[in-house]
Amino acid sequence: MTQVAAPTSRTYRDYAQPLWRRILVSRESAVFVALILVIIVASVSVKHFATPITLTYLLLDIAPILLIALPMTLVIITGEIDLSVASVAALASVTLGTLHQSGMPLELAALVALVVGALAGAINGFLITVVGLPSLAVTIGTLALFRGLAVGLLGTTAVTDFTEFWKVLAKSKIGASAIPSVVIVIAVLAVIFAIVLHFTRFGRGIFAIGLSAEAAHFSGIQVERTKFILFVLSGLVSALAGIFYTLRFSSARGDNQTGLELAVIAAVLLGGVSIFGGRGALAGVLAGVLLIGTLGSALRLASVTSDVINIVTGSLLIASVVSTSVLAWIHKKRSAPNHNK
Amino acid sequence: MLFHNHSRARRAGAAAALAVSFALVATGCAATGEEPGEGGEGSGDANLAITFVPKNLGNAYFDTSDKGGETAIKEFGGTYDEQAPAEGTPDGQVSFINTLTQQGVGGLAVSANDPTAICDALNEARDAGVKVVTFDSDTDPECRDIFINQATGEGIAKIQVDLIAEQIGDEGQIAILSATANATNQNAWIDLMKADLTANHPSIELVEVVYGDDDDQTSFDKTAALLQTYPELKGIISPTTVGISAAARYLQTSEYKGKVALTGLGTPNQMRDYVEDGTVTAFALWNPADLGYLAAYAAKALIEGEITGKAGDKFEAGKLGDYEVGENGTVLLGEPYTFNKENIGDFDF
Repeated sequence: MTQVAAPTSRTYRDYAQPLWRRILVSRESAVFVALILVIIVASVSVKHFATPITLTYLLLDIAPILLIALPMTLVIITGEIDLSVASVAALASVTLGTLHQSGMPLELAALVALVVGALAGAINGFLITVVGLPSLAVTIGTLALFRGLAVGLLGTTAVTDFTEFWKVLAKSKIGASAIPSVVIVIAVLAVIFAIVLHFTRFGRGIFAIGLSAEAAHFSGIQVERTKFILFVLSGLVSALAGIFYTLRFSSARGDNQTGLELAVIAAVLLGGVSIFGGRGALAGVLAGVLLIGTLGSALRLASVTSDVINIVTGSLLIASVVSTSVLAWIHKKRSAPNHNK
Repeated sequence: MLFHNHSRARRAGAAAALAVSFALVATGCAATGEEPGEGGEGSGDANLAITFVPKNLGNAYFDTSDKGGETAIKEFGGTYDEQAPAEGTPDGQVSFINTLTQQGVGGLAVSANDPTAICDALNEARDAGVKVVTFDSDTDPECRDIFINQATGEGIAKIQVDLIAEQIGDEGQIAILSATANATNQNAWIDLMKADLTANHPSIELVEVVYGDDDDQTSFDKTAALLQTYPELKGIISPTTVGISAAARYLQTSEYKGKVALTGLGTPNQMRDYVEDGTVTAFALWNPADLGYLAAYAAKALIEGEITGKAGDKFEAGKLGDYEVGENGTVLLGEPYTFNKENIGDFDF
């Protein structure tokens, strides 16, 4: 629920400009430029960075974040948040492991794990849209609840025995390229999510809800239904990420992917999505995830320790938010006389 | 709302500011970064660049073990480095192992966050010629060349019985304050302790095993209950770090201080106060610095081709002397280490 009073002085001259100009100067393109700069600088100055294997490892490492960032973007654009994603991924991982261990074929166990993920999302959605609780509070609760269930189911043990075929597939690359096969799944889902968000009525509804849920409601958008669907999608895709992680590392554990939700949300915000809702683009988010991943990869190869890497990525996130706000403030000061006319 | 105030000037400015800051950070860090791999400076053909990958950074236990490793690597003229995720996650460890493989280090000394999840990454490293030693926490045996085992169950059981026997004059009632009732390690040690007591210490009577659930308050309360139930109790063994420090805290302020002996497995930082004020005379654990030191020498022996990790291989480990590889590529550090008033000041973990 955001209460944005539409400023009376607001102009729409941005939108009067040609598309190519709007794309060139958008927040999303800033992230793309930064990504390209990091790649160029790292390729020149960091030994071993400009190798195909770097790309393989990088994409495998960020695959779960890329996946979960897709529904997370939509959820955040509606002005809500889902903090339970990593716990849902772990719950799916444990479901997969436990069922497969008890003799169920992996394919069927994975299907059940996806259903569990969607159900977990539906529980979030029910509490938020039907009961009417704030998503921050609900998903903090389910973050603990789903993690508790996952750890409770397997205890401190791990399931490590999975069908070889799927294990190999999870780590395989596309033909002779350096790109992992999982990128195909991510690309297909990214295209679907992008189309839904940017080119459908449903997607326009998502933006409208983020700007003002009340206004959206009176414009005939089914606010609660839209949010419910998004939370179910979030659970479903988180479960998919959990299954991928489980197969890649051959390890189903209750504490898998602890803390991943923060990596996802950080990347989404860096990608230009407003935490207050109503603004953002999927392309920017994908660039944001790639930027954080690439930077981490370059810094690791430059033998920078993990605490410093965390400081750098944290500072960048702050810097990106601050630079946006400060520049907006400067612009407001400068153009204030015009608005007072 | 700042976020809805669109403007071309602002966006262009933001784009520039972002891009510049990213570029600055990236170049700055890249410029100061050093390359650990690169051919193992100095010692002939062998690449003696050895990197320690503990479970996480900022962990006093691993700071101690890795310092031991660094000491050893300096002794034999290799290049030491330490890389680990900020949190103890297997995927974080995999990222670093992959990176180190790319950089072409000679050896890795790893404490595994998951016995299976980091297997592929370690095997890729080994395929690329990197020698892999695990210490403290092992992986599946097929994923590493050698595991440095800190202690055996027999060794851990025996030292605790020896310590309590010495402290109570080898006779009287004792009790055990354990972790949870189904803790695998503790139960195995307790069985071994019982056997050792029956065989070698007939005058010591084990009256009860109680469980503090590895919870500080529960362990504290169980200690109080034990002392009230058994007025003749002369000693307590607590084979868990949580239990021994909770029991020591109870004893410290009770009438039993100095009268009832307490020993078990503890860490110097948790036990320092109690040892210095006489509540506890001595307790046991292994020495993590020696563990890291031995791991480094094992990596060196593997890199130089002196050993391959098969049972019966022998190598020399500086001040620790000679070692032999046992079953499953395991090297045993030795007897557990006894901490007391004289030596506890040397440790910080």
